[in-house]
Amino acid sequence: MSAVVKLANVHKSFGPLKVLDGVSFEVGRGEVVALIGQSGSGKSTALRCINALETIEEGAIEVCGHAIHEPTLDRRALRLAVGIVFQSYNLFPHLTALQNIMLAPTCVKGVKRREARELAQDCLARVGLAEKAEHYPEQLSGGQQQRVAIARSLAMQPQVMLFDEVTSALDPQLTGEVLKVMEDLARGGMTMILVTHEMGFARRVAGTVIYMRQGRVWEALPGRDLDHPRTPELRDFVGSGL
Amino acid sequence: MPTFGPQHLWFLLHAAGWTLALSAIAFLGGGLLGFGVALARISRNRVLRGLASAYVQVVQGTPLLILLFMIYFGLAIAGFDQLPALIAAGAGLTIYASGFLGEIWRGCIEAVPKTQWEAAECLAMSPWQRLTKVVLPQAMRIATAPTVGFLVQIVKNTSLASVIGFVELSQAGKLINNSIFQPFVIFVTVAIFYFVICYPLSAWSRGLERKLNVGRR
Amino acid sequence: MTYQFDFAALLPYWREFAAGVWLTLQLSAVATVLGFVGGALCAIARADGPPWLKRVVGAYVEVIRNTPLLVQIFLVYFGIAVLGLRVDATMAAVLALVVNVVAYTCEIMRAGIESIHKAQIEAGECLGLNRRQIYWHVVLRPAIERVYPALVSQYVLLMLASSICSQISAEELTAVANRIQSDTFRSFETYIVVGLVYLALSFVVRWAFWGFGLLVFTRRRKLGTAL
Repeated sequence: MSAVVKLANVHKSFGPLKVLDGVSFEVGRGEVVALIGQSGSGKSTALRCINALETIEEGAIEVCGHAIHEPTLDRRALRLAVGIVFQSYNLFPHLTALQNIMLAPTCVKGVKRREARELAQDCLARVGLAEKAEHYPEQLSGGQQQRVAIARSLAMQPQVMLFDEVTSALDPQLTGEVLKVMEDLARGGMTMILVTHEMGFARRVAGTVIYMRQGRVWEALPGRDLDHPRTPELRDFVGSGL
Repeated sequence: MPTFGPQHLWFLLHAAGWTLALSAIAFLGGGLLGFGVALARISRNRVLRGLASAYVQVVQGTPLLILLFMIYFGLAIAGFDQLPALIAAGAGLTIYASGFLGEIWRGCIEAVPKTQWEAAECLAMSPWQRLTKVVLPQAMRIATAPTVGFLVQIVKNTSLASVIGFVELSQAGKLINNSIFQPFVIFVTVAIFYFVICYPLSAWSRGLERKLNVGRR
Repeated sequence: MTYQFDFAALLPYWREFAAGVWLTLQLSAVATVLGFVGGALCAIARADGPPWLKRVVGAYVEVIRNTPLLVQIFLVYFGIAVLGLRVDATMAAVLALVVNVVAYTCEIMRAGIESIHKAQIEAGECLGLNRRQIYWHVVLRPAIERVYPALVSQYVLLMLASSICSQISAEELTAVANRIQSDTFRSFETYIVVGLVYLALSFVVRWAFWGFGLLVFTRRRKLGTAL
């Protein structure tokens, strides 16, 4: 199985602070990988590097054949291949849910408005929000906004989707509805990399869980083995989280 | 000696029309130029950013009166001494307005969270699309109240065009005063004219601001 | 274009330029100090005065903010004469500038006062401070600190706007320039030079306010927050 996303010995610092200290891992097509770890362990930064939102100092990242570390990187092509969902949703507040989803397909891909509308409605239905099409973001709950954000990414038909702590800002009862959408995506064969604190979800859905600590991959293991970690640090982390 | 009468009022009303016309020129010209200044101020190009910043500092650091004199005499020595005063006044006020509007609008653009740029970038939108489809629509909402507020400044500052002989409200007041010398009555009337133009704009601006604050809560 | 620039023609007039700069600075300084005090009083009156006073101050602020300074200067200058008093142009100019800047200061300070949280005042009351102490320590000082940058911008604008006093021939920098350009016929050069002088003055004034702010607002100095 060829890797869709491949990180090799990635280093990254913010000033004197070393955030990524030689991170390497691979993600195959259709695989779901969960990055876990304490805050400051570098998991979110790793995710942002994959989408070229941060530049790296050393090492190599390849995403769907795009070399992120090369100066010749075609950012537009990369962003067409990769979708990302943020913790703070980042919906466009001046557009309705439907318009939020239609915007990129029409102006980036040149999809006709009628087709874009149908596409957007399909995507909204997939996240269970078909009836909220004409609502503005501020009229939606946090969980609904996050599902719209997922639909917005889906509409671009990415090959890989990144999720950056997408449920961290949500109440527990709203978290469930977002996780369910993500689980459906995973079952549908989407390649996904997610930064998460939801251990139960990681155990159930992630093929691989990567525990990051001090900017390194401390331990990588299949999600179903999460209750039997090899390193004491991950044991402590899992123990404290559950 | 004649006293202040209907014919003077009529003359002032006519001049108020020129005040409005000059304000419109300054707002349109200053708006176009100011938009360019705002874009240059947020540009990635360091030279462009520096130039725009210097332009704003110079315009905001020089009295409009001096700016008007410079343009008036500058045009004259460039050989354009037959131009109507409206041109020099319009040019001066355009430059003045662009310096302030550019800075107001830059603030509004920067008030849109960085994450909005980022989200648009991650949807593969080009820098221009990010600006026009995502950031500007939001910035415009923030910008309406201060822009209308600045419109009041423009209207008031058109009074300075009188120094280069353009006959707007203030100059009309001076001309009437020269012939009948009843300064108090005349300038109170002139002030009322300005107030009638400016007060609704001020009130509108305040209303917009209140609405925006409520919307944000 | 065959125009020959001649800045040297202005050199003999340097003393007059300097005198103009001096008067401009004096005008601005007096108007700033009086405007600040008057504006603060008006802001307090508007926030906490009896209803009639609130209305009077409110109307005054609206009238000033919605009419041009030029017309206000004419009105003060000629209005004093109508009252039968005789004052020179400089006095009239100062008066007009003060009347103008008090209104703007009042509006800025009001925003500052309104931004002070009610809980702060309650905390002051609970500590047993009296009304005046609460006003000074809990409301006014933090309010001024908060709006200081806006006040500074307003006072720099005031310094530039003092050029309008040339229209009643108060002998400040712009009036001096008007006279010299008609003496020398070097109008363009004169206004370029004077424009640069104003530009320099605006930097100096801004810098002086910045220094003053560091001196007065110790908290800002310690936290290193930009003023």
